[in-house]
Amino acid sequence: MSAIVSVNPAATQGIAALDDDVPRPRKLLAVAGLAWLGAAAAVLAWADTQEVARTDLLGTLAASLGGLLLLSWALGWIFPALARPGQWAPWLIVLATGLAAWETATAKLDLLPLPFFASPQAFLEVYTDDYPRLLDCLYHSVLLLAKGYLLGAAVGFVSGVALGWSTRIGYWVHPVLRLIGPLPATAWIPLAFFVFPTSASASVFLIALATWFPTTVLTWSGVASVQTAYYDVARTLGASQRFLVLKVAIPAALPHVFVGLFMGLGSSFAVLVVAEMLGVKSGLGWYLQWSQGWAAYANMYADLFIMALMCSTLITLLFRLRDHLLAWQKGMVQW
Amino acid sequence: MVSAALDLASEAAGATLDVQGVSHRFVLHNEILPVLHDITLRAEPGSFVALLGASGCGKSTLLRLCAGLDRPRRGRLQMDGEEITRPHPSRVIMFQDPTLFPWRTVWDNAALGLEARGELRHGRGRVDEVLSLVGLDNFRRAYPHQLSGGMAQRVSLARALVNDPRLLLLDEPLGKLDSLTRLTMQGELTRLWQQRGFTVLMVTHDVEEALLMAQRVIVFSERPARIRADLRVELPYPRRRDDPELLRLRHEALGLLGLEAIW
Ligand SMILES: Nc1ncnc2c1ncn2[C@@H]1O[C@H](COP(=O)(O)OP(=O)(O)OP(=O)(O)O)[C@@H](O)[C@H]1O
Ligand SMILES: [Mg+2]
Repeated sequence: MSAIVSVNPAATQGIAALDDDVPRPRKLLAVAGLAWLGAAAAVLAWADTQEVARTDLLGTLAASLGGLLLLSWALGWIFPALARPGQWAPWLIVLATGLAAWETATAKLDLLPLPFFASPQAFLEVYTDDYPRLLDCLYHSVLLLAKGYLLGAAVGFVSGVALGWSTRIGYWVHPVLRLIGPLPATAWIPLAFFVFPTSASASVFLIALATWFPTTVLTWSGVASVQTAYYDVARTLGASQRFLVLKVAIPAALPHVFVGLFMGLGSSFAVLVVAEMLGVKSGLGWYLQWSQGWAAYANMYADLFIMALMCSTLITLLFRLRDHLLAWQKGMVQW
Repeated sequence: MVSAALDLASEAAGATLDVQGVSHRFVLHNEILPVLHDITLRAEPGSFVALLGASGCGKSTLLRLCAGLDRPRRGRLQMDGEEITRPHPSRVIMFQDPTLFPWRTVWDNAALGLEARGELRHGRGRVDEVLSLVGLDNFRRAYPHQLSGGMAQRVSLARALVNDPRLLLLDEPLGKLDSLTRLTMQGELTRLWQQRGFTVLMVTHDVEEALLMAQRVIVFSERPARIRADLRVELPYPRRRDDPELLRLRHEALGLLGLEAIW
């Protein structure tokens, strides 16, 4: 009997922790700062075996980060908001260790074969020396992706709504969609580059196609699965067809639409890279190909890193848009 | 402004509802399920009619037919002598489930009818008024998932009342409310009906509620529903639940529903 009444001590501690509303800077934050200073010391003090430039810059950057972390830990005692990076302290420690290990294995001891395993310095050098080209590539990639994705998403959304709403349109479009939709957009590459006047327009088409299919299918299924009760309510209150589509069907289908948009964004990335490798003269995908041709692996890694940042940022933006439009939903995934 | 409100009130005066020999059935698992059998009833303008019947006998089905959402298999339904073939905002139905739009706030849900007909600009005050009538002043900006079951039902009631219906079809409008709110809302609804003069057809499973609010209580048989009795409640409002006449009618209605032994 008494076991039922007794209070779980862990639970009471949890409540006490909630009461403690002024967070103190975490010790780990100071450890992270020291770890980065340590990595910086290793970079700067230890002579390089490999022939590399930018050792000083790398060391300075690592040291600055370490200094900043220590500073935010120290000032965090006065201004708690400054200690916010504390939540990333474990990550920062692991990254500092990783940098030190990478630096040791490449630049310092030359244990890993070149050119496949570039040193951190070489990585950094790509950004300091080749940034105009990289920026240009980023600009062209984003532009191409934006054109193709927005076109595909817009057409996909409209055709999805039309399919879900009108049985007559569904009759004609559904079989086409079923046959052509699942085909990967990349399968159209030979044809697209042949049919379209420029390789740029062919690339836009391919990206749009890759986005169009998931957006259409999910918008369509979203519209088709709207409860009839919603329509009943709106109809008895005097809603027109227009109102039923714009104010009932579309908002009700929006969660599905966003699933489609996310899937579309994923496949548009894939097509972007392939299309750029084949058809255009500037772009992150083109840069990959180009640096591989020169066996410039450091450039390739630097490019991959930018690509990852770009994709991640775009996904984040889409999540933001979704959170904004679907604020009425509960329990959404946090990105 | 005042004269406009008066105009609305007179325009919104009650409609005549005529149900003539209506039968309906569904097909369920390839079997025919008769639901309504030869229902004939006439609600005079501005009258308050309650429908009582066992669960699953066909009350909601009849209400959907009256709203024009479905067509009956046999018989006809008329409002003011005009065939009911499709939904019309002059007959507003409040469904058994609140079916609020989850992407709209309480206020926007209540304003749905006005917005759908493009009358929102002149009707903002009405929405506020009705929301305070159902006691949801402080929840205007809440989303449906933030409401309790009873609150959602009150929003659904507000959504129906905001329009100026001439025929109000209510499907267990107070079913999910706690007993205290329920008593208040019974009074409010009755008062509103007296004030606005619309015709009400209300489904309820609460015999006492039917007798407290309605002028006529129609008792349905088990499925397929037939009209078993049409009780007139000729008592002045506000009614007292311990009125001897009301108690007598209660006894009679429960007997018609086959619950005499329990009572
Ligand atoms: N769309 C439908 N398809 C098939 N059967 C249906 C449909 N709608 C209702 N029914 C059947 O019709 C019968 C009557 O349903 P209805 O909803 O009118 O009952 P009710 O009297 O409102 O019951 P309750 O008091 O429980 O709400 C039920 O047996 C139900 O299974
Ligand atoms: Mg019902």
